[in-house]
Amino acid sequence: MRPILMKGHERPLTFLKYNRDGDLLFSCAKDHTPTVWFADNGERLGTYRGHNGAVWTCDVSRDSMRLLTGSADQTVKLWNVQTGTQLYTFTFGSPARSVEFAIGDELAVITTDPFMELTSAIHVKRIAKDPTEQIEESMLVIKGPQGRINRAVWGPLNRTIISAGEDAVIRIWDSETGKLLRESDKESGHKKTITSLTKSADGSHFLTGSLDKSAKLWDTRTLTLIKTYGTERPVNAVAMSPLLDHVVLGGGQDASAVTTTDHRAGKFEAKFYDKILQEEIGGVKGHFGPINALAFNPDGKSFSSGGEDGYVRLHHFDPDYFNIKI
Amino acid sequence: MAAEVMLMNEIEATAAQMGIDLNIDFSSIQLPPGENCGIISDDEDVYHDDQLELDSGFGNVIVVDNLPVVPREKFEKLEGVIRKIYGQIGMIKEDGLWMPVDPETKKTLGYCFIEYNTPQEAELAKEKTHGYKLDRAHIFAVNMFDDFDKYMKVPDEWAPPEIKPYTPGENLQKWLADEKARDQFVIRAGTDTEVLWNDARQSKTELVYKRAYWTESFVQWSPMGTYLATVHRQGAAVWGGANTFNRLMRYAHPQVKLIDFSPGEKYLVTYSSHEPSNPRDANRVVINIFDVRTGKVMRDFKGSADEFAIGGAGGVAGVSWPVFRWGGGKEDKYFAKLGKNMISVYETETFSLIDKKSLKVENVVDFSWSPTDPIIALFVPELGGGNQPARVSLVQIPGKEELRQKNLFSISDCKMYWQSNGEYLAVKADRYTKTKKSTYTGFELFRIKERDIPIEVLELDNKNDKIIAFAWEPKGHRFAVIHGDNPRPDISFYSMRSTHNLGRVSKLATLKGKQANALFWSPGGRFIVLAGLKGFNGQLEFFNVDELETMATAEHFMATDVEWDPTGRYVATSVTSVHEMENGFNIWSFNGKLLYRILKDHFFQFLWRPRPPSFLTPEKEEEIAKNLKKYSKKYEAEDQDVSMLLSEQDREKRRMLKEEWERWVGEWRRAHEEEQLERQMLRDGEASDEEEEYEAKEVEVEEVLDVSEEVISFEE
Repeated sequence: MRPILMKGHERPLTFLKYNRDGDLLFSCAKDHTPTVWFADNGERLGTYRGHNGAVWTCDVSRDSMRLLTGSADQTVKLWNVQTGTQLYTFTFGSPARSVEFAIGDELAVITTDPFMELTSAIHVKRIAKDPTEQIEESMLVIKGPQGRINRAVWGPLNRTIISAGEDAVIRIWDSETGKLLRESDKESGHKKTITSLTKSADGSHFLTGSLDKSAKLWDTRTLTLIKTYGTERPVNAVAMSPLLDHVVLGGGQDASAVTTTDHRAGKFEAKFYDKILQEEIGGVKGHFGPINALAFNPDGKSFSSGGEDGYVRLHHFDPDYFNIKI
Repeated sequence: MAAEVMLMNEIEATAAQMGIDLNIDFSSIQLPPGENCGIISDDEDVYHDDQLELDSGFGNVIVVDNLPVVPREKFEKLEGVIRKIYGQIGMIKEDGLWMPVDPETKKTLGYCFIEYNTPQEAELAKEKTHGYKLDRAHIFAVNMFDDFDKYMKVPDEWAPPEIKPYTPGENLQKWLADEKARDQFVIRAGTDTEVLWNDARQSKTELVYKRAYWTESFVQWSPMGTYLATVHRQGAAVWGGANTFNRLMRYAHPQVKLIDFSPGEKYLVTYSSHEPSNPRDANRVVINIFDVRTGKVMRDFKGSADEFAIGGAGGVAGVSWPVFRWGGGKEDKYFAKLGKNMISVYETETFSLIDKKSLKVENVVDFSWSPTDPIIALFVPELGGGNQPARVSLVQIPGKEELRQKNLFSISDCKMYWQSNGEYLAVKADRYTKTKKSTYTGFELFRIKERDIPIEVLELDNKNDKIIAFAWEPKGHRFAVIHGDNPRPDISFYSMRSTHNLGRVSKLATLKGKQANALFWSPGGRFIVLAGLKGFNGQLEFFNVDELETMATAEHFMATDVEWDPTGRYVATSVTSVHEMENGFNIWSFNGKLLYRILKDHFFQFLWRPRPPSFLTPEKEEEIAKNLKKYSKKYEAEDQDVSMLLSEQDREKRRMLKEEWERWVGEWRRAHEEEQLERQMLRDGEASDEEEEYEAKEVEVEEVLDVSEEVISFEE
């Protein structure tokens, strides 16, 4: 089907997130307003005004009531999804890069960038049921990895936290004590900055994308490398189909080099790979500029991509897609 | 003083003659300690030697012997004289002149040490002043300081040289006998250099040999593919062997920049250019010609860059490479160099000028050899404001008689293109229009093999069209031209024969508006790749000239290079590191089917290994082409076997992958179920099972493909 072009942001997209029911799509961009859209027709439902910097990330609670957004204005804000009102603001000394609700939505993991003399850090916050009782204190702060931590997510049963970032190492931490449990192997692991990390629907495995032009699939519990998908471009965004054994990689050359080459030179495509055979199935073109964000609808029947060009493209799959054989 | 100058000249002359054994200058090579550039020397004693020199580090010191022994009063005078002599050769270091004095007699000891800034200067000083006559009793004996060390170590007892047992040489042509008749190529990416088989049947490559830091700048095949040459700071080396690549020979030439093989790969020409010690001078150029097999220097040329930079657009540092152009076919009999108002033709029996003198041609600016015969085509531009016309002439070597000459008028530029069999020569002549404001192009076509060498003039249909590319069909009678001014130029094909007249050129076809700027004929002729490189982003059109039809159009985005394999079966297109992205190469079949692609970051070079010319006679080749069906049967069967095997392997691999995946999925499901209760607790008792509703389910769909009705007779 023709993709739906969603023009609502004025600056490059940074992150996309569907709610659990798959009817809402939340988008973050370098302009300061996260936006929510209807995931079927791409109509804009509303915006969340209040941030004072690029918004890097967001997560929505399981019941689609709360939205958590992390921004370069050094705050993480908790919103009421329906009304768009700010419920709480966590302030940090440096930009917030990634946020995620834990199972049960009572905890959230937040990463902050290195800034001035501060090093990067992973914070665990308790999210109170009643926003008036919300406290600022972190339950746990983990420090250690060099450079930016681009993504931190919860492991099974909230027992671990998985982080990845500029030092190209994936780490698994104990979410209670903050102890480092596992580290990805230097040999088999990524060689350059890990830009994105996405979990499977059941959280059993996860996919990482890196500027070393590859994406890798890992077992969440043992951090065993299962698959590697090679591409020709630095990978900025990754997504896994919840329905079929497909993975999607998006990327392109550095934003700063985009204008110096033909638009095809960066090959700004969302590339589909067979998850098991690691072979390329096809590509979806469209964006002018690299792809920064990718997300699959939880029903696996559509996906959306967000580009450096400031657009979100919503793709509903044609029936043919479900019969791809290789 | 005058006598002194004359003497110096004489010495220079003798030094130049003896220069042969002085040019190897190991002391100038100073690798950082412990650095071997990834190449472990297999020549232990040489390695050891290098080490010694590195330790002493007196490469820039010379010892001058046979000086007069003078008392103290005359010390300063003598020192002045020495300083004068040696100061004009190079910069003597501060306190770099030391003349020891006998502590008892206070007389000099008759020798002194001179330290220069560079080893090259020291070398030159030794070359120039060894044997210099100060007066009858004092003839200088000059040596490198390091040589003393070396010769002191010579054992006093003569030991018979060890006779190495004869080891039979390897079959350097073994790659030609590959059972699958594959071709090899070399690629350079990052720090690695790899030689690979092109296994097109299996759509992949097979590694022959790989080495990191194999070369310091580039690699090059010899023209018949026997050797692979690598270039290092110390010189060049050639590699080859039956199954792998061993170093066969080294050619010492410090700071070598460029190399060139003779067409019969008997000789290797190496070139280097050195910064002069005096910045006002031109660069010093050193060219050595080695015998490839023995490694011996057959002839060397030294001089300033100006002497070697005549004619041509000027390649590296003003010298148009190759400086020496080889002619006379595969026998490597002659080579020639363009000079001022002359062409110097040498022959390889004695490595001296033919008839001891160069071929005098006033104002010659360009020449080229016939690829097969000892014939030189040379071009002299217009002189005297058009009073003396420009001229192209063909000269037979070694007789130096002119075979044919053609005067051309109002010429601005001229280029010569030989057909690979030496049958035809096309001269592209750019002429001024009457107003002299613009130029138009015409071709002069020479039929070399015919009596009296007839010349035909060819002008394009639209003679104002600019010529973008020209290429002869290898071994054939056709040529292709890209012409036109608009962004989509036209491509025309011509034949040197027409249907009725074998001696007349005729046009075959013109393709309008093509996105192409380069032509690549198949080495077997008949097929051509029309490529749009650079500005056209790598458009490729595979064209059959016999049928005048396009076989395929394709694109290798950003492609920078196109090269046919030597058999004309495959085409390689590559994106080299001039672009940041997309680096790697594609292999295509001759008819434009993409067989496989390999991506490599920092991709520098792709070179097919050339094959020597076929031993089959043209008649035999024609016969094979006629009965191709008969021969091809065997290969088709093989092809089928391979493809069967491949699909079998492929299936097996996929099955393995699927099984492995299933194992993972099983494990995950188990863990997921185990944790279900706990997860539920984390969610305040909310059943978490529903999240499974999105899990993939195997759904069988029955589809009616075909319905056929049949009447079946019913028998009672």
